[in-house]
Amino acid sequence: MRPILECYGLAKTYGNGHWALGNLNLSLERGQIIGLLGPNGSGKTTLIKLINDLLVPTEGTIHIDGNPPGKETKKIVSYLPERTYLTPSWKVSDLITYFEDFYEDFRRDRAEQMMEALGIGLHARLRTLSKGTREKVQLVMVMSRKAQLYILDEPIGGVDPAARDYILNTILTNYDENATILISTHLISDIENILDRVIFLQNGQVVLNASVDEVRMQQKKSVDMLFREVFRC
Amino acid sequence: MTWNLDNNMPIYLQLMDRIQRDIISGRYGPGDKLPSVRELAVEAAVNPNTMQKALSELERRGLVYSQRTSGRFITEDEELLKELKREQAAGYLAEFMANMHNLGLKDEEIRALFEEAMEGEKEE
Repeated sequence: MRPILECYGLAKTYGNGHWALGNLNLSLERGQIIGLLGPNGSGKTTLIKLINDLLVPTEGTIHIDGNPPGKETKKIVSYLPERTYLTPSWKVSDLITYFEDFYEDFRRDRAEQMMEALGIGLHARLRTLSKGTREKVQLVMVMSRKAQLYILDEPIGGVDPAARDYILNTILTNYDENATILISTHLISDIENILDRVIFLQNGQVVLNASVDEVRMQQKKSVDMLFREVFRC
Repeated sequence: MTWNLDNNMPIYLQLMDRIQRDIISGRYGPGDKLPSVRELAVEAAVNPNTMQKALSELERRGLVYSQRTSGRFITEDEELLKELKREQAAGYLAEFMANMHNLGLKDEEIRALFEEAMEGEKEE
């Protein structure tokens, strides 16, 4: 099977002479959980927005299951943006209905089950929920789709450690064997054990693309430690 | 209830170690069926592919075997299990001796302490 994501010669500038991404080549296999790691301003979110058709590449190409980002790819990509986009006046149940209308692969039973496990009432209005709880709601919605590629931009930043465990558990339990999950985060040590591979970005370039165990075998240290060394300020 | 994993060693080696210990200690008996890769991965909070790799490696060493449709089972080779137990015990002993020597204790003193500890256990 062809890779789920292929980027070739990808570059992006916002027109200020600075290249957020420069000649980036990347291929993601199916059935993997991949960490997208890099310091602030390294190009993680630019890459993610390009994959989700929210930005247009300055140069190069992106293919998701063989198609350029667009209507077709949105059917198979489940995306958790780093910012919240929820309408505050809605109830959780409204959101579920909305997703159900919007995405063919959305599974209501899965969403309701996860909301219940996290103690989030279906009749609660989003505006009344805490920031962390809203983040959980959003992640539940994204993980309730049966997508081929999940892109999670900072999924666990704002939630407490217990919920974090539950979320990681949710990811492990729910993702399909052939689906790929790309997770961008700063909290490396929390997610290191669930990753197949890590990709380090620096100044818009891939500086490392290796499996977690390769890193540990070759460097005799965790990905977290390696990150701190590579990106020491 | 995630497994306690060390930061610097490859994860799959630690998983192998842990499962091997569970087999030696009898948590899984000879011929028992192992939980599925997914279940073990969730229990350990690790990537399923990493768990898969650990199990394949244990299979290569003959500690577990898979039956195509019904899953993975613990070996029924009791000799192999005994051998592994001896190996593991030898490892612990070597570590124990190294620690005692680091404390500057002579073999005679170690023997005395060891016997004292054995007596203490019996009384309890």
